[in-house]
Amino acid sequence: MTQKLVVIGAGMASGRALEELFALAPGAFDVTLFNAEPRGNYNRIMLSPVLSGEKTYEEIVTHDAAWYEAQGVKTRFGEPVTGIDRARKVVITGKGETPYDKLVIATGSTPFIIPMPGHDLPGVIAYRDLDDTNRMIQAANTPGARAVVIGGGLLGLEAAAGLRLRGMEVTVVHLAGHLMERQLDEAAGYLLRKALSERGIAIHCSASSREIYGQGKVEGLRLEDGTEIPADLIVMAVGIRPGTALGKAAGLAVGRGIHIDDQCITSDPDILALGECVEHDGAVFGLVAPIFDMAKVLARTLAGQSAAYVPIEVATKLKVTGCDLFSAGDFAEGEGREDIVFRDPARGVYKRLVLKDDRLIGAVMYGDTADGSWFFGLIKDGTDISEMRETLIFGPAYQGGTALDPMAAVAALPDDAEICGCNGVSKGQIIAAIHDGAHDIGALRGTCKASASCGTCTGLVEQVLALTLGDDFVLPQAQPVCGCTDLSHEDVRRLIKTQELKSQQAVWQELGWKTKDGCHVCRPAINFYLLADWPLEYKDDPQSRFVNERNHANIQKDGTYSVMPRMWGGITTPSELRAIADAAERYKVPTVKVTGGQRIDLLGVKKEDLPKIWADLNDAGMVSGHAYSKGLRTVKTCVGTDHCRFGTQDSTGLGIKLEKALWGSWTPHKVKLAVSGCPRNCAEATCKDVGVICVDSGYQVGVAGAAGMDLKETERLADAPTEEEAIELTIAFIQLYRENAKYLDRPYKWVAKVGLDWVKQQVVADADNRRALVERFRISQSIYQKDPWGELVSQEERKAWSTPLATVNLEAAE
Amino acid sequence: MTHWTDIGSLEDIPVRGARVVRTAAGCIAVFRTSADEVYALDDTCPHKGGPLSEGIVHGASVTCPLHNRVFAFATGEAQGADPEVVATYPARIEAGRILLDLAALKARSAA
Ligand code: SRM
Ligand SMILES: Cc1cc2nc3c(=O)[nH]c(=O)nc-3n(C[C@H](O)[C@H](O)[C@H](O)COP(=O)(O)OP(=O)(O)OC[C@H]3O[C@@H](n4cnc5c(N)ncnc54)[C@H](O)[C@@H]3O)c2cc1C
Ligand code: SF4
Ligand code: FES
Repeated sequence: MTQKLVVIGAGMASGRALEELFALAPGAFDVTLFNAEPRGNYNRIMLSPVLSGEKTYEEIVTHDAAWYEAQGVKTRFGEPVTGIDRARKVVITGKGETPYDKLVIATGSTPFIIPMPGHDLPGVIAYRDLDDTNRMIQAANTPGARAVVIGGGLLGLEAAAGLRLRGMEVTVVHLAGHLMERQLDEAAGYLLRKALSERGIAIHCSASSREIYGQGKVEGLRLEDGTEIPADLIVMAVGIRPGTALGKAAGLAVGRGIHIDDQCITSDPDILALGECVEHDGAVFGLVAPIFDMAKVLARTLAGQSAAYVPIEVATKLKVTGCDLFSAGDFAEGEGREDIVFRDPARGVYKRLVLKDDRLIGAVMYGDTADGSWFFGLIKDGTDISEMRETLIFGPAYQGGTALDPMAAVAALPDDAEICGCNGVSKGQIIAAIHDGAHDIGALRGTCKASASCGTCTGLVEQVLALTLGDDFVLPQAQPVCGCTDLSHEDVRRLIKTQELKSQQAVWQELGWKTKDGCHVCRPAINFYLLADWPLEYKDDPQSRFVNERNHANIQKDGTYSVMPRMWGGITTPSELRAIADAAERYKVPTVKVTGGQRIDLLGVKKEDLPKIWADLNDAGMVSGHAYSKGLRTVKTCVGTDHCRFGTQDSTGLGIKLEKALWGSWTPHKVKLAVSGCPRNCAEATCKDVGVICVDSGYQVGVAGAAGMDLKETERLADAPTEEEAIELTIAFIQLYRENAKYLDRPYKWVAKVGLDWVKQQVVADADNRRALVERFRISQSIYQKDPWGELVSQEERKAWSTPLATVNLEAAE
Repeated sequence: MTHWTDIGSLEDIPVRGARVVRTAAGCIAVFRTSADEVYALDDTCPHKGGPLSEGIVHGASVTCPLHNRVFAFATGEAQGADPEVVATYPARIEAGRILLDLAALKARSAA
């Protein structure tokens, strides 16, 4: 006798399962199929091409009413099941009850809607089915309409790309630091972001949404930081939840999804389940490959055959035309894991393989994903790759040959092979230039322009030089920043400006960094270059700063810190001194010292006391002295005209003005100033980075002095008749230094490299340029002139910053 | 024998950063890499006691803030010619929570 089979949900899982079942056991069941959607099964994953207009709904239908009819299935489309009575073995809908012998639950999942204020306004939608897709297409039909997509995962980005193709203005708001963080590492996430930005999609990462605002309908999204993004449509694509409601209400075992065993049977032997609504061995599902495997197993179980579901590896691809990415397996770092990284900045290609015990366990690829399935196969099969390790990253085409000698590879290139992509210079043109007398990289860049732009082909050009010149060629010794790159500081600074690189990811990717995220040598330097060149666009990264700059105090040999408040121009007051004295007593500061820079140092403060001592000093009106920073330290002054019988100008006043103008600006190395009231020079201004000597006729501004590891007198930059001009010259000089010097070069070292004449040309002779420098400094200060002590404002933040994550009592944990 | 202890959530540690767990047997530095992996090492540098939790985190290693020795998270070994090795503790993430296996530390503090 035929058994009654009831199926809840006509989605991709049940569609495939029924196909399998009818092939295995035709006519064994009398099937009734309920679906909440008023239609049969379609290829849900192709909704994105429908959204973008590359396909129509008709083209993605897989099982229509006619197909079900031909198989003898009674279809009840548009009729959601509302309950299951297991005791009586019936399912319940608005129209009545339907009895079953066997029941299959395939209800898929529901999109998660963040319950933020305004989430229920008209115009807020999820992205799950054809109706959502049609709503988006309709919204895009209004000219000038704007959309915000919350969630930068697979679904969110496909929605964003589709809406953009339909002409909407689209912004993606993503909580994590980079796009698709579950499938991609940072480097690939960066390339993807770049490609989407180039299509005109605005992207905010590390951004959390606070509320959706609007009167009666969506008008926009407000972020936690107060930013408002106007929108007519908001698509929430922040994740899915398995559709477990029916199963739970019926009393089945349910965790994150409805529990099933290897045979796809739930805790009730007559009820089976599959697809996104289930949980198998702790895992839930969001891609079709494992679900199709389940469909096979479920069909066999129903047909009385034995089969077991085995979890498989899944690979991800993004269906946005022109954004080729691929990710599979496990690409996190971990014990015993090794990375092989390949970057080709000019083509925007990035590939990373993760190896463990001579096996490939993960792969991330962007730009060139042709070998994706080959790598995926190696991962699935657990192939031993030790034999092909050296050429593995080049894909299957390179296997079986011998390891490549890079020199031999360049020698084998034909003369018309392009070496420098930016300037289109071929190997033959480079050889011709060498024969014409260009015998080093510099000369080649000047003549045939090879490697003169992005510089990433420098290594290749050098190999052509070496091959052409033979023993006459000596590799130039441009000091690279560190082991992570072959580029020098100067090259990196130039490329950050010319290629408009505005994030650390951009630098690592576009300049072909050899490590994943730099090291302790390059990270602080790159962080500085980026914030100096792009103060408005780049966000300072505390994790790329040396401990002193991260903790706003100077670390000492026993792990305690020194705290030093600013004393503007060396001037203090009885109440400031009292506050310092009180703080020293309150926090049991072991040493209080007057420094060589005219201020008071509290040495030996514990990290957990730092926020408290800062708060006390802040309350007394003092700010951080930046005694730890690559930034402005002190401006030493003498007493000047106010008291001294020799004083010619208000040296104390000018010192205070300079300190108030310059503090907080990050610089390549520390910067110290002094202003003396007359040539007797009591403030020792002639050995400072910038030292001003006041004279009757005005101000002598000297620069590039030193009194530390080297001793050097300042050189005269210019004489300024007025105080304003002295200040303007000083600021312009500091900004020129900020924009051009190598990280950790004091001004005297930098000036020795570029020459004082060039500096004078920029700062003194060219008045427009001077004003432009001052203006850029002002813009930077609008962001960076902030007291770091005051910045860590909220109690919460101070606590999280200075207290242990946990205190573990080993005894009690018994 | 293992002794997994929940010490906090992953979000509490900045990416490429560290936080400290205080125990009777000394502080442990818990690091979070850019790939969202966690590692636990003694917070005290075997060279001259520098607080490793204050170092710059890169790849799967940290640079001591006092004299720049670089320690690999996986093994605790200093890079290059430096002979120092710092103790490591098994760490894992489960549903966004960080778990440390403090069995070794317990044995040490009992001894
Ligand atoms: C506190 C102070 C000594 C004092 O007790 O007077 C001091 C203390 C330190 N100096 Fe200094 N310098 C201090 C005035 C000086 C001076 C004189 C001055 O500023 O008038 C110089 C010579 C001028 C100069 O800057 O070159 C000076 C030249 C140095 C140098 C060598 C710099 C160079 O380029 O040659 C270093 C090393 C470095 O910065 O790389 C240094 C580094 C240091 C460090 C930060 C070492 C470190 O990295 O931990 C010391 C921190 C001690 C601590 O634990 O807090 N200190 N140091 C002075 C703070 C002045 C202030 O109020 O900010
Ligand atoms: C836009 C988009 C793009 C995607 N892209 C990819 C991709 O590139 N690759 C990939 O592998 N996967 C992709 N997916 C995921 C893939 O579509 C799902 O994994 C797959 O559809 C899950 O199948 P399912 O049958 O479990 O659920 P569904 O296909 O969602 O089917 C469930 C059906 O059950 C119905 N239902 C729910 N409750 C009831 C009820 N009480 N009564 C009756 N009917 C009910 C629903 O209306 C629905 O029709 C994408 C998904 C979307 C939305
Ligand atoms: S510089 Fe000379 S004049 Fe000026 S205060 Fe010092 S001693 Fe007096
Ligand atoms: S204390 Fe760590 S390197 Fe010296």
